[in-house]
This record gives sequence, structure tokens and C-alpha cells, in this order.
Amino acid sequence: MKTVAEILKEIRPEFDFTASNDFMADGMLDSFDMVTLVATLDKNYGISIQGTDIIPENFKNLQTIEALLRQCGVSAG
Amino acid sequence: MNFFFQGKRISGILTVVPANEKSFVEEMKNFNFPEARSLKLKEVMGYDKRRMVQPGVCVSDLVIFGLQRLFERGLLKREEIDALILVTQTPDHFMPPTSNIVQGKLGLKQDMVCLDVNQACAGFVLGLMQSFMLLEQESIRKVVLVNADVLSRKASPKDRNIYPLVGDAATITIVERDPANKPIHASVKMDGARCEALLIPAGGLRLPSSPETAVLQDVGDNNLRAKDHLFMDGSAIFNFVQTEVPPLIEGLLARAGVSKDSIDYFLCHQPNRFMLQKLADKMQIPHAKMPNNVVEKFGNSSGATIPIAINLNLAEAVTRGKINACLAGFGGGLTWAAMLLEIGGLSFCEMIDYP
Repeated sequence: MKTVAEILKEIRPEFDFTASNDFMADGMLDSFDMVTLVATLDKNYGISIQGTDIIPENFKNLQTIEALLRQCGVSAG
Repeated sequence: MNFFFQGKRISGILTVVPANEKSFVEEMKNFNFPEARSLKLKEVMGYDKRRMVQPGVCVSDLVIFGLQRLFERGLLKREEIDALILVTQTPDHFMPPTSNIVQGKLGLKQDMVCLDVNQACAGFVLGLMQSFMLLEQESIRKVVLVNADVLSRKASPKDRNIYPLVGDAATITIVERDPANKPIHASVKMDGARCEALLIPAGGLRLPSSPETAVLQDVGDNNLRAKDHLFMDGSAIFNFVQTEVPPLIEGLLARAGVSKDSIDYFLCHQPNRFMLQKLADKMQIPHAKMPNNVVEKFGNSSGATIPIAINLNLAEAVTRGKINACLAGFGGGLTWAAMLLEIGGLSFCEMIDYP
């Protein structure tokens, strides 16, 4: 199973996501990338992230994404 | 706000789509984006084919074409039409109403009501409600409800947020009395405080179109758009739909005393596949009960997507049998509306190309 960092790297290979604390502010993810990310996370972990949770705060950095996944019952690293 | 209607039904649906088909894969080179990212978006959002009018084609052209076809085939008679409700956000003119233009060009009787309604993606449910209210009048026996938009003419070809999803279409829905049909429940909510989330800034009297409003500007995310073009705050609209629509539908079901399982189909407005899948998951509705294939075949044609979904997926079910449906429309205004009704026994449910 792919890690969150690996999935992000597939979506935007040009960035190092471990080096940023705010993907949106640093221009590494836009709203459409966020949609692609959610669809990939859903498929990868066999979950459905709630629509109301698809907000920039939850996709700010690796820690916030992993916290969101934990809410969905996934332990991701 | 809640509504209740009795003794009304839909008796026919015709969809008119422009024959001109566009392909996302061909168009994506117009956007200032890497191809690989656009292809991922295609897969998730369901962007593929869409229908777009040729330059100069207006709403009334699509509607007149469709109504003439119904007259020619004997599916509708001119003299039967007691009211013509035309829901659009892209009228031919500010004045006169586009419904009057259609009436005049088709030589319909003078003893009738023509009414334009400025509503967007909730326009099918709002239009049905208006039709049912008119049918309370003894003099009105048959209403022609039209949902039609040519929003591609207001979308920037350089705006990846809007352009790949917009489709043009007109749907013609015949609504009449039927004492035997099941009671109909509906709920509507509006929030004008959030109206700027879906907006065409210029072209009205607040900001008339001018050479300045036609200039493409860099609006971020590599998109170019003018003030004459349609703007959508995609994140705000997505969040609005996920937050507001489920409680509206659940409240409506509870008020009608109907279980989710007894609904055969949840026919929602179709902005994109991802949004509907998330809505279905949130409401714990099987994806098969909430069709989401209109955008990939025809594009998002605002208030027309619900009747198109019926044409596309359920034509046989609603002509030979009956379905219990929950309709839900949501979008510009902001407006969100839902309706529970039985749809069946239609005398026609078809789709034609224009021209």
C-alpha cells in the first residue's frame, strides 16, 4: 500500500512534500489536485473521505492528511 | 420552506442537445496545464464529451426546434399549451422574455401564460413547483416546462475550472393534472448572502459589458477569465453541496414519511462525477441509485441535467413503468431544492440533436 507521501509525489512529481508545512500556500497543490488526492486516497485505503472534510485545512501538510486518514480509521505513514 | 402538491404528473420529456460534440482530450491543450494532471482530473471528475452550441445559437433556437419536433410527431398540440415556463440564465435578450419569443415564433395561442424564471442548477425542481402551482388554476391544464441554457457562450476557453464541464442543452417537460398520481412533497432553501459563489460579473446593468470587461485576466491556478465570463468558486460550491443537500433530502424524506430504501432513484443535478459520488457516500445511497453519467456524455447544462439523466438512464422505466424518485437541484443563487414524486407512464422520453 502506498504512503501519503508517495501518492502526493505521483500527483505532483516536481515537489518534495516532506519539505513543506503548507502545500497550498507553497503552491504545491491546488483545489483540483486536492480532488485527485482524495480520489486516490479513497481508492488506496478503501475508504470514502467525507465531502465536508475536503477543505484546505485538512490537506495543509503530511500531518494534517494523516490525521484525517486516522479519522477514517486508517493508520497511514 | 416546504411544499405539498396533489394530482399532478410529468407526462413527457424531450431533451435537445447541440449536435456539436467537444472532447476534453482534444480541448485540454488549450489549458495551461500539464497533460498528465488534466488526464487525472478527467478520470476523477468524469470530464469527457460535452455538447456545445455553434456561435450565435440561442436558447430559443433549441426550444423552438424541440417543440416543433413534438408538434410534427403529434406528441403535443399547439392549442394544448396553457403555460410556457422557461427557466434559463442565458436568455436571448433582457427584454422580452425568451418564453414570449418562443410563443410568437411558434404561433401559440394568446390565451396562455409565458413566464421566464431566472434559476440555475435548481431550476428543474423550481420549474416543476411553478408548473404545479399554475395547474391549480382551472384554466390551466397543460404546462410546458423548459430548462435551457447556452452557458458555453459565457465560459472562458482558458478557464480549466469552468470550460471543460459546461454543456448546452434544452429540456422540454410536459406537466399536467392527474388525480391518480401520488402526492408530491418538496423543500426549497435559498441563501442570497452567498450569491457571489456563482456569478457572471459583467453584462448586466451593475457592470455593463465593455472592452474592459472582455479582457482576459490571470485569475490564478494558470486560468484566464474575463469579467464577462462565468465565475464559480469551486471549493465553496463543493462544500455548500456536501453540507446543505443531505439534510434537505433527509428532512424531506422524514416529512413525507418515506424511507430512503423506498426511493428507486436519487436524481440530482450533475456538476461532476466526484461531487455526486461524495454526496451518495455521505447519504449512504448506493452509487447505482444516483446516476452520475450526464457530465461525461453531455457536460453540465445547469437546470437541464436532471431531465437529461432521466432521458439517458431511465427512458424505458418511466415510459413502461413507474419509479419513485427523489430529485435534488443545487447551485446559483445559492438555491437548493428537493422533491419526492412518482414518475411514470410518460408518453415520450427522448433525446434529439440540434440541428
